[in-house]
Amino acid sequence: MSDIRKELKYLSSHEWARVEEDGTVTIGITDHAQDALGDVVYVEAPEVGSRVVLGEEAGVVESVKAASDIYSLVSGEVVAVNEALQDAPETVNSSPYDDGWFFRVKPDDLAELEEALDASDYRELLESEE
Amino acid sequence: MGNKTALYATHHAMGGKLVDFGGWDMPLHYGSQIEEHHKVRQSAGMFDVSHMTVVDVTGIDAKAYLQYLLANDVAKLDSLCGKALYSGMLNHEGGVIDDLIVYNLGDWYRVVVNCSTREKDLAWMNQIATKFAVAITERPELAMIAVQGPEAIRIASSLLSAEQAGVVASLKIFQGLPAGDFFIGRTGYTGEDGLEIMLPNDAAPSFWQALADAGVAPCGLGARDTLRLEAGMNLYGHEMDEGISPLAANMGWTIAWQPSERDFIGRAVLEAQKAAGNSPKLVGLVLRERGVLRAEQVITVEGSDEKGVITSGTFSPSLGYSIALARVPRSIGSHCQVDMRGKQITVEVVAPNFVRNGNAVI
Repeated sequence: MSDIRKELKYLSSHEWARVEEDGTVTIGITDHAQDALGDVVYVEAPEVGSRVVLGEEAGVVESVKAASDIYSLVSGEVVAVNEALQDAPETVNSSPYDDGWFFRVKPDDLAELEEALDASDYRELLESEE
Repeated sequence: MGNKTALYATHHAMGGKLVDFGGWDMPLHYGSQIEEHHKVRQSAGMFDVSHMTVVDVTGIDAKAYLQYLLANDVAKLDSLCGKALYSGMLNHEGGVIDDLIVYNLGDWYRVVVNCSTREKDLAWMNQIATKFAVAITERPELAMIAVQGPEAIRIASSLLSAEQAGVVASLKIFQGLPAGDFFIGRTGYTGEDGLEIMLPNDAAPSFWQALADAGVAPCGLGARDTLRLEAGMNLYGHEMDEGISPLAANMGWTIAWQPSERDFIGRAVLEAQKAAGNSPKLVGLVLRERGVLRAEQVITVEGSDEKGVITSGTFSPSLGYSIALARVPRSIGSHCQVDMRGKQITVEVVAPNFVRNGNAVI
């Protein structure tokens, strides 16, 4: 079973969200996702200042194998993007929950996260997919 | 659960991520396909290719049979025992049933065909053989390990007996010979120097382990695909299939038109295509910006209503950007447009060859 972090929220499309101390929300892809994708070669992140919307495509992650859309767990304004992934996309594979974060959002409404899966729901989802 | 090679347990033990490939459980990678790719170009990597099909052709009509069966001419191999050539095996419509390598061993030939085409190839070869005094014998008791890269021959030789190492030292490129229980060819699917070693199934796990202990990196299908695509090598089912002419698959150079008296299956159709001169052709594509070209993406060519299509695309680890092979109208110029996820992206057209012996050729 791949690594699942207890404190994060998840989408069934294998993105995670972490609420930071300042109320912003950091978004990335899960260990399961990076393993399924294989070696990541490009990350197309949203631009700082742009808007993302819950349930809509916010970016793209491309591996040697496939391209995959990234969805945000909250709507809001993008306040930061992980520039390090431009030169070192493989960080997504080696550190999907920490150094491999994609972008950070100032959320319109943190309550949107209540719709997302918690860690045990996500674990059940992965087990059912096996 | 598919077929398993003699190295299945070894792949598991070494952390191979096993996937289905043509009905076989094969390692996609052992951690990072990109790292494995670099190991091959920079030192040495190895591939389990035991799933491929080895067929021996014996009998007094062996040469005549192969001269009829194959579009390339095995008579080219008469000059040197063990000499090999790459050929298409065509159907009567001039389409490609498979691509293969054939070795001349004097009074017998060894043919290596693809894994996914095994049943239809054997059925076809046996059907054509009824008109000739030949025996077609598959060799499923042989495993096969490809060791590739600038250090490959040196390291593999150090693990062989003196007699076997002597055989290896004598091998010219594209020559293969028996060496003890093994059969060793100086061939490969990566664009690097190296060996393809056929050995009894029982001997494979310990030999693979010895190679790993000596520093050869286990490599999976992911790296195999990026390496062969960089080297401009076709993959059956992508660049060609039974509906595609070799002339449209960068295989024109593998057709031996001379001597003109040699009839081979598909010759008449090919001659008509050659005379008409308007087959599509296989080219290379290069995208030097972000993004990955992928098979089945549609190509628009200026001045032509006909679309092209990408037959294989990938990210090239050695070059650092995306490359592809594509079948396109013959009139294509220096650039074309590829539909990438709904956007038309301009890409550069090149000859279908990108990296050889570790160096970019584009």
